[in-house]
Amino acid sequence: MSGFFDRLRSQRPKTTAQPGANASREIPDNLWVKCSRCHTAVFRKVFEEQFKVCDKCGYHHKLTAWERVSLLSDPDAFLEWDAGITPADPLQFGPDYQRKLEEDRQKTRLGDAVLSGRTLLANHPVALGVMDFAFRGGSMGSVVGEKITMLMERALSERLPTIVVTSSGGARMQEGIYSLMQMAKTSAARVRLQEAGLPYLVVLTDPTTAGVAASFAALGDVILAEPDAIIGFSGARVIEQTIRQKLPEGFQTSEFYLKHGFIDSVVPRKDLKSSLARLLGFLTRSGSVASVTE
Amino acid sequence: MTQRVLEVESPLLELEEKINELKIVNQTGKIDLSREIEALERKASQLKKSIYENLTPWEKVRLARHPERPTTLEYVNAMFTDFFELHGDRHYADDAAIVGGFARLDGQPVMVIGHQKGKETRENLFRNFGMPNPEGFRKAGRLMKLAASFHVPIVTFIDTPGAYPGIEAEERGQYEAIAQNIALMSSLPVPIIVTVIGEGGSGGALAIGMGDRVLMLEHSVYSVISPEGCASILWRDATRAEEAARALRITAQDLHRRGIIDAIVSEPPGGVHRAPHVVFGKLANIIAESIEELAALPSALLVERRYQKYRAMGEFVCAVENEERVPVAAGVG
Ligand SMILES: [Zn+2]
Repeated sequence: MSGFFDRLRSQRPKTTAQPGANASREIPDNLWVKCSRCHTAVFRKVFEEQFKVCDKCGYHHKLTAWERVSLLSDPDAFLEWDAGITPADPLQFGPDYQRKLEEDRQKTRLGDAVLSGRTLLANHPVALGVMDFAFRGGSMGSVVGEKITMLMERALSERLPTIVVTSSGGARMQEGIYSLMQMAKTSAARVRLQEAGLPYLVVLTDPTTAGVAASFAALGDVILAEPDAIIGFSGARVIEQTIRQKLPEGFQTSEFYLKHGFIDSVVPRKDLKSSLARLLGFLTRSGSVASVTE
Repeated sequence: MTQRVLEVESPLLELEEKINELKIVNQTGKIDLSREIEALERKASQLKKSIYENLTPWEKVRLARHPERPTTLEYVNAMFTDFFELHGDRHYADDAAIVGGFARLDGQPVMVIGHQKGKETRENLFRNFGMPNPEGFRKAGRLMKLAASFHVPIVTFIDTPGAYPGIEAEERGQYEAIAQNIALMSSLPVPIIVTVIGEGGSGGALAIGMGDRVLMLEHSVYSVISPEGCASILWRDATRAEEAARALRITAQDLHRRGIIDAIVSEPPGGVHRAPHVVFGKLANIIAESIEELAALPSALLVERRYQKYRAMGEFVCAVENEERVPVAAGVG
């Protein structure tokens, strides 16, 4: 457990020495960290050892994609796929949008809102995709759609289980209809995993809504969620404006969807890797899916 | 948002009214106005053509939402015979915002499914303005599976502002219902023909909108978000919807150029509601031909082609293909 951030430091000196703008807003750069929900000051080292979970209120602060990979991967096991796929501006939204993309590239050290690759999770070889909310709110445009699809197609050809950790406000508006079509493309790829008997596990993290929720995020063989993540199709504000009522307490949280039957289990971050490892154990034999089906 | 008349139409409507007045005078037989009437009718027809060939994206949005625009059931009743409506998702309820059932096209069985808007307030309330709840999508999914089990081609009609944003819709898993349908449509071994007849609103449209052939009526629109929603998110100003409609590239012409849809079905001047039967006839032919062509393919090839069609959608920059990268500084060495 301890050593999570140390390991990350050794892997990604640039990213962690200057944490993303999003992360640094949540966590001032000193000995103490203020929880962005309960505002309690927590000793940084404790905070980091608990994977950015507040020990007072239990709030799960957002992880960057690289932090998430470090949380789930065995040391030095991660090999990135498709890093060369980066966003175009297909509808010509213009310099303002392109500047925002560039800012987020600097901030996250990612080409777009998803990081994907092959790794080992507690010695299980897996294809792992992780979304990063700090890149344009994790929105799905052509790059996210392509990289998730590529991840699944590679998992298919290498006969690996697939794990995707979602965090997304939905479609990349600036890519218009192309964003919408990524829902079709990724869902179709997911079906191929099913047909090939390869497991697909999803971890929903805060937030997972709209176009991502309504495509590959909802289609896991097993769907886990981090506590208190916002999940759903329509945004709370849109619903409030439509029905002209206040929304009930706890609406659209992980616990809400657990209660309504759409999530298999709500798993705190400290147990996430071990839970995934246990599931992989049930779904694969000797860490490899190939031996089950071949 | 909608009104009976678009601003852009009003010079035409004024002219048509004048022509009618002249015709009444002409009928009295006191003065012969037939030459003048003829000239004005020529002018009206030119005006009609120029107005509807040069609609802006926002004007198309308005036309796509026009209250007199034919709805799914009008297409179904005009284009098909022997429509047998099937109700309910078998789990929770029947959603009137989506209709579906067996019907015949040129005598051949098909499964038709579509969003259903109302024309008047009461009907619109009953149909929830064509905005489905999860049970609507699940009914559609059930009917599609039923069709596939008996090798019946699927014909869908898209006309929705989007999935309904409500508390119960979320409780019953709106996102899950949409995702399941998309996944299902990607692998059904029967031809699927989709036609956007009015508004193609985001995930709620795609949930019955994935197909081997996707057609759009000339003045219909298809978008990831409503122009109003886009404007209010991007610029915090819903009144800039006109600008957003342009930026989002939502017209049939834009989407055809970009290879997102397969064909455009032309509308009579003034829009489909001015002469719906012309469009019904034409569309029925196109759908029948598409089904015939697609039904001839082995089902595995049909599904593979559909996969590749959607697989190719997306625009991005690809620096190096098929690379496997060790993270910077993670250094294997
Ligand atoms: Zn706290």
